[in-house]
Amino acid sequence: MGSRSRTVGAAALAVCSLSLAACGSSRSSSVAATTTSTAAGSTTTTPAPITGSLAVFAAASLTGAFNSAKTTLTGANSGLDLTYNFAGSNALVTQIQQGAPADVFASADTKNMDKLVSAGLVETPVTFARNKLEIAVAPGNPRHITGLTDLARSGVTVVLEAVGVPAGDYTRSVLASQRITVDPKSLETDVKSALAKVTSGEADATVVYVTDVTAAGSSVEGVTVPDSLQPDITYPIAVLKATENHAAAQAFVDSAVSGDVQKALEAGGFLPPQ
Amino acid sequence: MIVLPLVGLLERVSWSTLLSDLSAHDAYVALRLSLETSLGALAIALVLGLPLAWILARRRFPGRSVLRGLVTLPMVLPPVVGGIALLYAFGRRGLAGQLIYNLTGWRFVFNTSGAILAEAFVSMPFLIVTAEAAFRSMDRRGEEAAATLGAGPAYRFRRVTLPAVAPALAAGAALTWARALGEFGATITFAGNLPGSTQTTPLLIYLDIESGHEATALALSLVLLAVSLGVLVGLRDRWLGNP
Repeated sequence: MGSRSRTVGAAALAVCSLSLAACGSSRSSSVAATTTSTAAGSTTTTPAPITGSLAVFAAASLTGAFNSAKTTLTGANSGLDLTYNFAGSNALVTQIQQGAPADVFASADTKNMDKLVSAGLVETPVTFARNKLEIAVAPGNPRHITGLTDLARSGVTVVLEAVGVPAGDYTRSVLASQRITVDPKSLETDVKSALAKVTSGEADATVVYVTDVTAAGSSVEGVTVPDSLQPDITYPIAVLKATENHAAAQAFVDSAVSGDVQKALEAGGFLPPQ
Repeated sequence: MIVLPLVGLLERVSWSTLLSDLSAHDAYVALRLSLETSLGALAIALVLGLPLAWILARRRFPGRSVLRGLVTLPMVLPPVVGGIALLYAFGRRGLAGQLIYNLTGWRFVFNTSGAILAEAFVSMPFLIVTAEAAFRSMDRRGEEAAATLGAGPAYRFRRVTLPAVAPALAAGAALTWARALGEFGATITFAGNLPGSTQTTPLLIYLDIESGHEATALALSLVLLAVSLGVLVGLRDRWLGNP
């Protein structure tokens, strides 16, 4: 029994490596996938499984949703070798421009995606998620913050993201439109570190995305910013022209627009792409 | 491997706008703050580190090697971990920080004193290590002679021990200062980032790169590079002797 299953395993491995070789040369991945799943003798072959290696470069704010989607995706596609590279959208653009091997780029703002569009490095991007701003306060809201105007109150310690950090720029434009002058005690480099200042009790409030408040669970509480004040926060995703696994890259993008990735995004508090 | 990144940096610096980049308000403020906080950190390191180094070098007591390990820990600790540790100790809800805050309303986070504390935490080991080595390796006969002539411990330390270790101490102090000047991770994690109060030069460099102000970032990098190199070259020639 033991030796028999080992033989089967070895055969499956051999098929896998053969199919990987096929992927490497021609990237006609669906054929290889069918062979693999037959060898494994289990999963159905519809829809066509996604196979091969896929590197998705994604904005840090997508970490939670994309990671939970990964479990679903790799569970349904045994031949898929999915790896993520999470960082600030700015940093990812720089990495891609310097030749980092990415297949898909998911940005937290259109500004950074546009840099790659104008450099001719990506195919036409599509919007796959939207987000909202929310005020994050300590659990129980001890400072009784009910809206943006409370951030200007004296005695309330507020941190914001720095100018140039997308969340910081969005927040500033909303505050400016309401003529609210906030005196932040620190200009954090990203939403996570701004939120950390609230969860650690150093700051009373900050402004982050709804999804960050959701992800932080019970360590913070969200105070809604009215829809009428919400800026247009959209997340574009695109296949990189230099990809060597176009089928898988396109499948990931499709899933982000309406598929398992989209389900994970919605569970994480993201809004669907209109 | 060491020289090439430096050349890369020098090659990208915009020399024609260097002075205007540096005199930009934020850059000037950050440089001045860096100078103040790094000198503050050096002062703390000297006051706390020197006695500690002396005890480590001259006293035998249980747990000495553990203590020696502990004081050098920040040298190898990832700076961000140091920042988190400082937060748990000196933050508004930290072990000591909470007490201080409740009693006096004073807080280190979002305050220049927090930046100084972070820099001192990271740089003090450099002083302790060099000072301990100097105390340990110095010729003890001078002290013994002074003792037999009736000199008290304080007088002996001031007139015999200190002059003997002065060159090594100066080198250690310079290293400590340079390390404090370059501190980034613990400061941004613990103290925050606000121009004029906690935004030291390395923080501004990071932020400038993140937000696309490459010219200012490179100009400031060049200043830190020049200062650090100056300190190290100066150390070699002035205090350690040129071989």
